[in-house]
Amino acid sequence: MEEIWNGFLRALELIVTLNPEVVEITTRSLTISLSSAFIAALVCTPLGGLIEFRRFRGKRMLINVVQTLYSLPTVTVGLLVFLLISRSGPLGGFGLLFTPPGMILGQALLVSPIMIGLTITALAAVNPQIKDTAKSLGATELQIIITVIKEARQAVVAALLLGFGRALSEVGVAMMIGGNIRGYTRVLTTSIALETSMGNLELSMALGMILISISLVVNLLMNRFQGR
Amino acid sequence: MAEKILRTTLLLMALAVLCYAAAAADGGRLKLATTTSLQDTGLLDVIKQKFDEKYNVSLDVISGGTGIAIQYGERGDVDVLIVHDKERELKFIKDGQGLERRCIAYNYFYLVGPKNDPAGISGMNASAALAAIMEKGKADPGKIAFVSRGDSSGTHAREKLLWKKAGYNYTQVNTSGPWYIEAGQGMGATLNMANEKQAYTLSDESTFRAYQGNLTLVPLIEGGADLLNVYVAMAVNPKKHPGVNCELANEFINFLVSDEGQQLIASNGFSPAKGNCALIGCSDLECAVPTSASCVAA
Repeated sequence: MEEIWNGFLRALELIVTLNPEVVEITTRSLTISLSSAFIAALVCTPLGGLIEFRRFRGKRMLINVVQTLYSLPTVTVGLLVFLLISRSGPLGGFGLLFTPPGMILGQALLVSPIMIGLTITALAAVNPQIKDTAKSLGATELQIIITVIKEARQAVVAALLLGFGRALSEVGVAMMIGGNIRGYTRVLTTSIALETSMGNLELSMALGMILISISLVVNLLMNRFQGR
Repeated sequence: MAEKILRTTLLLMALAVLCYAAAAADGGRLKLATTTSLQDTGLLDVIKQKFDEKYNVSLDVISGGTGIAIQYGERGDVDVLIVHDKERELKFIKDGQGLERRCIAYNYFYLVGPKNDPAGISGMNASAALAAIMEKGKADPGKIAFVSRGDSSGTHAREKLLWKKAGYNYTQVNTSGPWYIEAGQGMGATLNMANEKQAYTLSDESTFRAYQGNLTLVPLIEGGADLLNVYVAMAVNPKKHPGVNCELANEFINFLVSDEGQQLIASNGFSPAKGNCALIGCSDLECAVPTSASCVAA
């Protein structure tokens, strides 16, 4: 018990004194996960719109598949992306393995199902009259999608924040694609794994507390967007 | 309010993307795959600092075990390796995956265990000791256990070799009961696990020393030719993997075998290879001499 308490105090000290390594790792974590959530949102929001507004065979099935992928294991995505961007893989020429852009790609893939799925749910909840009105005013399909997304923007942003939260807290992709390189691809979650295995429990706890604080902020933001 | 937060969030995200687009453009990175022992002891932090300064580059250290490190090399995902498993090193060179083998440092493996030594292995040779742990562990797994790295690292490879010397088939060993625990983790985590369970384990000397403060385990068997632990650096062959940074890999190896590099190794928990070639079984050509291997892809 004493160990946990001391760890907690030391963790607070590391945070309050803005320990350079802690600040650096936190900044990198935020940058990488924000980037992956942003890139995923750029692709997934319109894609979710298309799936919601088009009628096609197997639509129900496709949505089921997307929802199943919400809980895609992070190590599986890590392995898949590793095989893709390894120098011996099909995208090897870009040299993305063990770099931050590689991690962003992996995390973007990881959070895509959540973003697509939640976008579909959000858009489905929009009053169908809005769509019909836009159509009757001569809007193209893209314009209709944009109109409805605007209408459901709070729920769409919530989906984005949820994706960001998942990217920030996952360790599988970050470890397998980033390689936990100090000062380059080391992020909050991979540091916690490393420092714990090395017995530096205080640093681990400090980083863990930062992760929880960020999640708390994200959650507050999300509630705000959902108008609660 | 919500609108404002939305706009700020989007702006922040766009900025983050731009930052990475800019950061991705920088060059001069050398990717090194290596064992957990060199990382856990802090040696690589010191080497990285000096090397980065001297050559104005960035040494990216990816630490796993010898098994995964060699795999990264075979896929061309890293530029240079530091590993410690002679058999797999020789195969790596023979397959044309690596350029040259350079012995850079050595120490010894320790067989460590609880202070009261419940299996009574003190004074035995390593193979006999393992056999004794197995025999007594089968009889009383609650009291006597062995934690294995179980991760195809260099230390794991040595453990298998010792079982072979003791006359056992490894699959016979690791399926023989609850006394044999496969950690599947790095050396530090394995030591911590053995400590929690008051079990025996095989550790490299340097990691054990680095963790000693947190452990109640003690080294029971140390030294001897069959516990010799030699670290070797190899550049990945650019003829097989055109993307690798071979020139910088050679510079790095030459830095490690230079007087400065050997000095850093000596003052950070390892013995330097230079001057000890015969003792550690490396030929004069392999032992701490600069490499002149060609980086030109044929």
